[in-house]
Amino acid sequence: MSKKLIELNNISKSYGSNIVLDELNLYIRENEFLTLLGPSGCGKTTTLRIIGGFETPDTGNVLFDGNDITSLPPNKRQLNTVFQKYALFTHMNVSDNIAFGLKIKGKTDKYIRDKIEYALRLVNLEGYGDRMPECLSGGQQQRVAIARAIVNEPKVLLLDEPLGALDLKLRQDMQYELIRLKEELGITFIYVTHDQEEALTMSDTIVVMNQGYIQQIGSPEDIYNEPENAFVADFIGDSNIIDGIMLQDELVMFLGTKFACVDTGFGTNTPVDVVIRPEDVILTPPERGKINGVVTHLIFKGVHYEMEVQAGGFEWLVHSTTMFPVGAEVGLEVDPFNIQIMNKPASEDEEAVSLEE
Amino acid sequence: MSKKTTRLTSDILKKIYIALIFIFLYTPIITLIVLSFNSSKTRAKWGGFTLKWYGSLFTNRDIMEALYTTLLIALLSSAIATVIGVLTCLGLNRMKSASRSVILGVTNIPMLNADIVTGISLMLLFLSFGIRFGFGTILLSHITFNIPYVILSVMPRIKNLNQPVYEAALDLGASPMYAFFKVVLPELAPGILSGFLLAFTMSLDDFIITHFTKGAGIDTLSTKIYTEVKKGIKPEMYALSTIIFLTVLILLILVNRPEKIKDEEPNTSTVVVP
Amino acid sequence: MKNKKRARILAGPYLVWAVAFIIIPLAMIFTYGLTSRDGGYTLANIASIATPEHSKALWLSVRLSIIATVICLLLGYPLAYILAHMKSSKGMIIFIFILPMWMNFLLRTLAWQTLLEKTGVINTVLSAIGLPTLAIINTSKAIVLGMVYNFLPFMVLPLYNSLTKIDDNVINAAHDLGANGFQTFIKIILPLTVPGIISGITMVFVPALTTFVISKLLGGSKILLIGNVIEEQFTQASNWHLGSGLSIVLMIFILFNMLLSAIFDKDGEGNVI
Repeated sequence: MSKKLIELNNISKSYGSNIVLDELNLYIRENEFLTLLGPSGCGKTTTLRIIGGFETPDTGNVLFDGNDITSLPPNKRQLNTVFQKYALFTHMNVSDNIAFGLKIKGKTDKYIRDKIEYALRLVNLEGYGDRMPECLSGGQQQRVAIARAIVNEPKVLLLDEPLGALDLKLRQDMQYELIRLKEELGITFIYVTHDQEEALTMSDTIVVMNQGYIQQIGSPEDIYNEPENAFVADFIGDSNIIDGIMLQDELVMFLGTKFACVDTGFGTNTPVDVVIRPEDVILTPPERGKINGVVTHLIFKGVHYEMEVQAGGFEWLVHSTTMFPVGAEVGLEVDPFNIQIMNKPASEDEEAVSLEE
Repeated sequence: MSKKTTRLTSDILKKIYIALIFIFLYTPIITLIVLSFNSSKTRAKWGGFTLKWYGSLFTNRDIMEALYTTLLIALLSSAIATVIGVLTCLGLNRMKSASRSVILGVTNIPMLNADIVTGISLMLLFLSFGIRFGFGTILLSHITFNIPYVILSVMPRIKNLNQPVYEAALDLGASPMYAFFKVVLPELAPGILSGFLLAFTMSLDDFIITHFTKGAGIDTLSTKIYTEVKKGIKPEMYALSTIIFLTVLILLILVNRPEKIKDEEPNTSTVVVP
Repeated sequence: MKNKKRARILAGPYLVWAVAFIIIPLAMIFTYGLTSRDGGYTLANIASIATPEHSKALWLSVRLSIIATVICLLLGYPLAYILAHMKSSKGMIIFIFILPMWMNFLLRTLAWQTLLEKTGVINTVLSAIGLPTLAIINTSKAIVLGMVYNFLPFMVLPLYNSLTKIDDNVINAAHDLGANGFQTFIKIILPLTVPGIISGITMVFVPALTTFVISKLLGGSKILLIGNVIEEQFTQASNWHLGSGLSIVLMIFILFNMLLSAIFDKDGEGNVI
């Protein structure tokens, strides 16, 4: 296991009466691609800015490689940031933008020239050195912003929703670019986004946040397949979240039917949330499933059909490559392995989850 | 010094700097307000507190006439300039960019030119064509320098005009004229209003251009003050200026307060600079 | 085609107006400036700028207006910077800053007479504390003071506009890349505010160069600026030809100013409106 490079201990931050972060604890490992994922206002950008040094936390400290950098200004930290709207220096051309940090450090002209060439090649913008930012497309500006940050050989690269302004195809291309970049540079990436697909595609670790608290930390597979609470289940991918009762280990009852499952440790007769992904619902001819229902909606989504099925008093969301027309009577089946049990939330605000890894 | 103390000292220094500038800006204003209560007629001596100038102000025929002229000119010239300006902007919007730039360039001339040159040029115009100096020439001159301010206030709004909204109105069955009045005009309204206010202010405070284009026998407040400089300014003038100043202050507070509740940043188009 | 016709109808009135009241009057200045009273073409009017009293007035005006512009820039930039970075009650402060402009221009300037006079307010206060008195009134120093007082807002507002247009993250990016406050200012903020600086300069220099009111009220009758000279030709001497000729010289300065603005502030970024 690689070492902990950055530690956030008991970080709190408020703006006036608005509490953005409340006693947040998080660590980031070397060479990790860690994504802070959550809806607007969840505190992910504030967390990133605290790491970058653009905000000072009200309480708590930030450790970098064991050193307390909480009050260190951004220009003294060994990290660099790629900002949301690129923040390029519009009065300088691409080369001068990229060279900015190097010139501040007093590097030689030859060093700078070589580095610019290397950076432009790395982001596939060779030959663009003399262009002015206003003449570049969004995607090109994005790459200049990335080049400008990485030439300084930071140990950590912070990225604040960098792909938000790009169209879908370009965004997908850039996601792969970023992964390739990270592999080639061999540094830590801390990425902020509200787009869960982006997070699932690129990250080694995802930190799901909501209202200033960490909801869950895990690998993309863990987060997707085993959400720990209703928020995560709902935020990541689509889900069917059903009220249920855990009768005993590996047996749960919902919608009036008993289902075998694989979760344990929830006690007996405990009210729980049951999460089943739409693609894990198997539609069968009627009477062959555990529950019977009727198809109420049908949409062709390309990759699959999306259907809504009214069954057992619940409106199920189903993804399937097999089509059942509206009005068709169907049966529903789920593999026990695909039934995810979660505790019901104690209150509206989730408590901070302690680190698991 | 720790980061916190450096930030604190720089905050204090900033506040001191702003305070000094404000003292610089307001000392003459306060002086004038104080003088309006000076019972001695001369500026040099303080003769005791009095309100009598505020009273005699309204019975002084010369000053009241000048006030009336000033307000009338300001109102008429800005109203006419606004109408012409708005029509022009609508026309400019439909033009090719080449002709548009030329016209906008000409529009900039009175603004970039020195007031004295504008005043002299208009004076020569009236002289050469035998036009008699008086209320009319003042009005024509004020309209001339007001129109550019209206155009410059309205043009940005026209550029941002939502063409699709206008087309949506037509699509829903509105006639072009109806669509114009119900959809386009309301969107332009803030720009038109600020253009009008800007023109009004410019006209109120103008001295130089009025000085050259008024001829004898008529005065605005500014020119009246100028004629009194040698003789000694009548204290009623200080009283009048104080009243105008306070009126504007109250008006601006009322106008800008709802803006502040909406957002902290004032939109520059509503900050009217005389 | 209908568009073009409609455009002409809408903008037509102004076009006529502009020709009548902007272009022709300017042409008249040239006409008068290049002719003499008996109607013949002459360059004497323009050449008279070279006479000792006229050139003295001109160079004094140029000198004082440059000094005033520089002072406005030095005083105005920090003020605009502070205003641009203030987080709270920004609208209030700007409002307070604009307010003095609402007092009549002549009276505002005249008030400085009261303040600066030998027995004026400032000197009364100074001698009461035991400090030496000022003898600024009726000197060119007073004129510069009057210029700065009246034109400072015209410098501050374009600067403020330019400064607020800079995205916060651009400054953050500079810090992120290793620049300290000073380096960020010199390399990033200052270059990005050039349109505002140019706009501010042009909006201060021209009125300062051509003023005659400020010199009359604060300079006494002894100090003549080029504005005074020209004004006298028109109101007292009735020598419109000479006055126009001198105005033509003045317009060369103004033209230069306009060119500067066109080159450095192409997009009108520094405009107040």
